[in-house]
Amino acid sequence: MSIGVDIVAALPEVFLALSAIVLLMLGAFMRELSARSVATLAVGAIGLATVLLYFGGGRGELAFNGLFVNDAFTEFMKLLILIGSGLTMIMSLRSIDQERMARFEYAVLLLFATLGMLMMVSANNLISLYMGLELQSLALYVVAALRRESLRSSEAGLKYFVLGSLASGMLLYGLSMVYGFTGTTSFEALGQIFANQEGLPSTGLIVGLVFIAAGLAFKISAVPFHMWTPDVYEGAPTAVTAFLAAAPKVAAMALLVRVLMGPFIDLVDQWQQIVVFISLASMILGSVAAIAQRNMKRLMAYSSIGHVGFALVGLAAGNEAGIRGVAVYMAIYLFMTVGSFAIILAMRVNGRAVEGVEDLAGLSKTNPMLALAMAILMFSMAGIPPLAGFFAKFYVFMAAIEAGLHTLAVIGVLASVVAAFYYLRIIKVMYFDEAADSFDQPVGRELTSVLWISTVVITVFVLIPGPIVEGATAAAESFFIAAR
Amino acid sequence: MIIHGLVFYLFAAIVVASAVMVISARNPVHSVLFLILAFFNAAGLFLLMGAEFLAMILVVVYVGAVAVLFLFVVMMLDVSLAEIQQGFLQYLPVGALVGLVLLIELIMALGAWTLAPGTLEGQGMPIPDPGQVTNTEALGNVIYGHYVYLFQTAGIILLVAMIGAIVLTLRQRPGVRRQSIARQVTRKPTDAVELKDMPSGGGV
Repeated sequence: MSIGVDIVAALPEVFLALSAIVLLMLGAFMRELSARSVATLAVGAIGLATVLLYFGGGRGELAFNGLFVNDAFTEFMKLLILIGSGLTMIMSLRSIDQERMARFEYAVLLLFATLGMLMMVSANNLISLYMGLELQSLALYVVAALRRESLRSSEAGLKYFVLGSLASGMLLYGLSMVYGFTGTTSFEALGQIFANQEGLPSTGLIVGLVFIAAGLAFKISAVPFHMWTPDVYEGAPTAVTAFLAAAPKVAAMALLVRVLMGPFIDLVDQWQQIVVFISLASMILGSVAAIAQRNMKRLMAYSSIGHVGFALVGLAAGNEAGIRGVAVYMAIYLFMTVGSFAIILAMRVNGRAVEGVEDLAGLSKTNPMLALAMAILMFSMAGIPPLAGFFAKFYVFMAAIEAGLHTLAVIGVLASVVAAFYYLRIIKVMYFDEAADSFDQPVGRELTSVLWISTVVITVFVLIPGPIVEGATAAAESFFIAAR
Repeated sequence: MIIHGLVFYLFAAIVVASAVMVISARNPVHSVLFLILAFFNAAGLFLLMGAEFLAMILVVVYVGAVAVLFLFVVMMLDVSLAEIQQGFLQYLPVGALVGLVLLIELIMALGAWTLAPGTLEGQGMPIPDPGQVTNTEALGNVIYGHYVYLFQTAGIILLVAMIGAIVLTLRQRPGVRRQSIARQVTRKPTDAVELKDMPSGGGV
């Protein structure tokens, strides 16, 4: 057993941990270093970690005595997480000065949160799962409350912390039930025990499974564990909200897929109905509740609840096409969300941030390029072909039909029609309403480049679907190789 | 063997009795002192089981650091437990009902509890022979060897908690005069004291 091999397998994680600690020292001891330069260095660290992802551990390898796993699924999801974290941090470079939250700890905490997400995705043991999740959540609670003088930011942080701790408690309770039943925390050993048992699983085990599902559903903000999302998204500083909406969602979804499709695959009859229910409830609530929203950040919160519901359709299918659908959906969701938040961050009038839907009125006249980008993003979110959002939904619904979940697919399509209403309303406000005050110009290089990247990815996906779909296919296959 | 049993019951009885006193004492300082007594006796129980490292760490960490910190907080904040306990009886019936329902549910869930085959054969870490390695060494092998990944992660989580506490609570107040050792040391008598020649007998 050599620790060197283990470190190579976890190279991006080790690098992120070390660079976060180095940045913490730099920020604490070099007073002349501004928060912005620390954040810039952090973006560089995330970029290097992305490069290391390709040199680090081989696929299908276990490390650290089976606590840590690398395969095509973790590689794809980690790439998404690093892209999401990197882009949202680039977007926040300007706003940390504008929003009076210029503290170097901001970038350090986001790096630690990213590290936690990578660890979640690579977890191969109930304990490493919990550790990664807690590292990510703890850093995010603090970042949500970063603007201490703002009442709403403190409220958001406190609410997120209390409800998040409750969810962690439920998750831990479920994990201990499962451990009590099987006497092991390793995913492989759990999978073997569930595969070998005859008859119905015991009640205690099912209670444990339900608690685990509830704890993880909170982290992806699926209905009925979504209540924190609108308040936290609205109260937290916009740059932080953008971060919360992008990478952590991908990581938590990856974790849910890993747990349910990995060790618990033989209990599929038990968890399928749970996933079908939370998927249905999230799609419907995400679509209907967003209609009444007048605040862009709350609207994005309900929109993300709805998107999580759509992605869960793929997980409910539980087949290879379904997992591929989830992976494609999360990839496209990531770019759509990052792009939309880039526009929300650009919504500043006379140096003050505005968040209302009506503030977008007449954007097509005052800033046509921004309006065009927003229109593309909203059309994609609504799922209108030929934009990427359509294909995201297409893949998950096809998988659901293949698995025989016709009702789920039909209700999903209906929910996406309802959701189209509020996405299209934003476009109507931008193009046909009387012009409101124009936004501050220029919006800055950072926002423009992020906006370019996300809109180009969404528009070009129909022509070059290769990179995302192939990565997702490989990711989905990694769950089914052993079964063949 | 009889002495062993007697000592066990002595420690166990004191732990339970002092735990009851922790929640029923009227004076919070007494509560904390009873907590310390409970810790000491729990450490005694660990010693009886041959877990000497855990026993010592319990005394060092919990009695030496945590309980003393509690004591400081209780003395500084001057909390009155009587006020906290005021609504206690009022919520007792509802609380008892919820507890009862939960108990029945747990009995129903755990009554049908079956272990997976092979659970009791031990899939966890094998327990080393106490004659071969000491407690401390055995624990060290597990924590720093087998589970080093989790140990390091726990360290990072604690670091994040520390950063968070500082970020959210540390306020730099302007206008506070801080001690600067360098300035104190470089100060010369001529900067601070001015000698004036006064003509004698002239008055001020």
